[in-house]
Amino acid sequence: MDFKGSDTIPGPRTEDHLPQTAQAAVKIVIVGGFGVGKTTMVGSVSEIRPLTTEETMTQAGVGVDDNYGSESKTATTVAMDFGRISITEQLVLYLFGTPGQERFWFLWNGLFEGALGAVVLIDTRRLEVSFDVIGRLEERGVPFVIAVNSFPDAPRYPVADLRAALDLAEEIPIIDCDARRRASSRDVLMTLLRFLHSLARAKAPT
Amino acid sequence: MTPPQRRRRYPSQETAEPHPTRPKEGPEGDTKAPERLYVVAGPDGERADIDLVTLIVARADPPPSATPEQTAMLRLCTAPLSVAELSAYLSLPFSVVTVLLTEMLTTELVQARAPIVRQALPDRSLLEAVMHGLQRL
Repeated sequence: MDFKGSDTIPGPRTEDHLPQTAQAAVKIVIVGGFGVGKTTMVGSVSEIRPLTTEETMTQAGVGVDDNYGSESKTATTVAMDFGRISITEQLVLYLFGTPGQERFWFLWNGLFEGALGAVVLIDTRRLEVSFDVIGRLEERGVPFVIAVNSFPDAPRYPVADLRAALDLAEEIPIIDCDARRRASSRDVLMTLLRFLHSLARAKAPT
Repeated sequence: MTPPQRRRRYPSQETAEPHPTRPKEGPEGDTKAPERLYVVAGPDGERADIDLVTLIVARADPPPSATPEQTAMLRLCTAPLSVAELSAYLSLPFSVVTVLLTEMLTTELVQARAPIVRQALPDRSLLEAVMHGLQRL
């Protein structure tokens, strides 16, 4: 690995420093198929220019399309774009999204552990690319909402048809959005937070 | 026009375990836990419980014995910075940063401010705080 040396490392701009009072951070994960607008959504609400972190993994080639049936191991780099929103002087919210293959992404150690919840971003032109990701969230018990990124030429289905096609429970919110717009992306996050709040209230009604 | 149809899945016992991101080796061999590459940090060693959003703050100036990676890390986190941001600025994989940080936590070069949420459902006051913050956006 090429390490550049400390003198050349770019750091956060002065205005991107968190206050010394920052005590804790929470995270939300934005998931969805390739090219559906996850990075766009992260960028539209983030207070910093989105950054990229990555993880390198090796995995047996079995089950990987390119090497199906081979014994060799493949090294995969899973890159993840993320952004940040300061909530209070003490609390920070991080948003993670990745253009990578979801099957690897779910192997990322700790990404979904402790996350508040997830936003599943979908494109109605390619609805089926979100099926796997939704199933994996269900299996892991990660609460999520569906955000339909409104591309101009995408078919518009009534919410009831989308809910039926995605086989989603009645309480899971489905919301239209334009991931390029800050206000719209913010509304998606608010929808997730209200949903999480309702789940928390149902668990502990007092 | 009819959209394609998905079938719902449910939490399985296997994935309801405390470490759902490290699936057990299945009989089909397709759920093998990934092996991470420790290029900078060495092949083994205990790692602290560090999350992508754990905030790291420098506690000291780089000592003369500091490695270039440690020096860079300490310069970056004079103000609190998440592990994800450290990984991004240093262009090092998350797992490598985690191992580096474990050593620096042991030698008290840095302090970790842990992420709050570890329980299944976060508490309502936390969710309300996040909502209020988002409304100001």
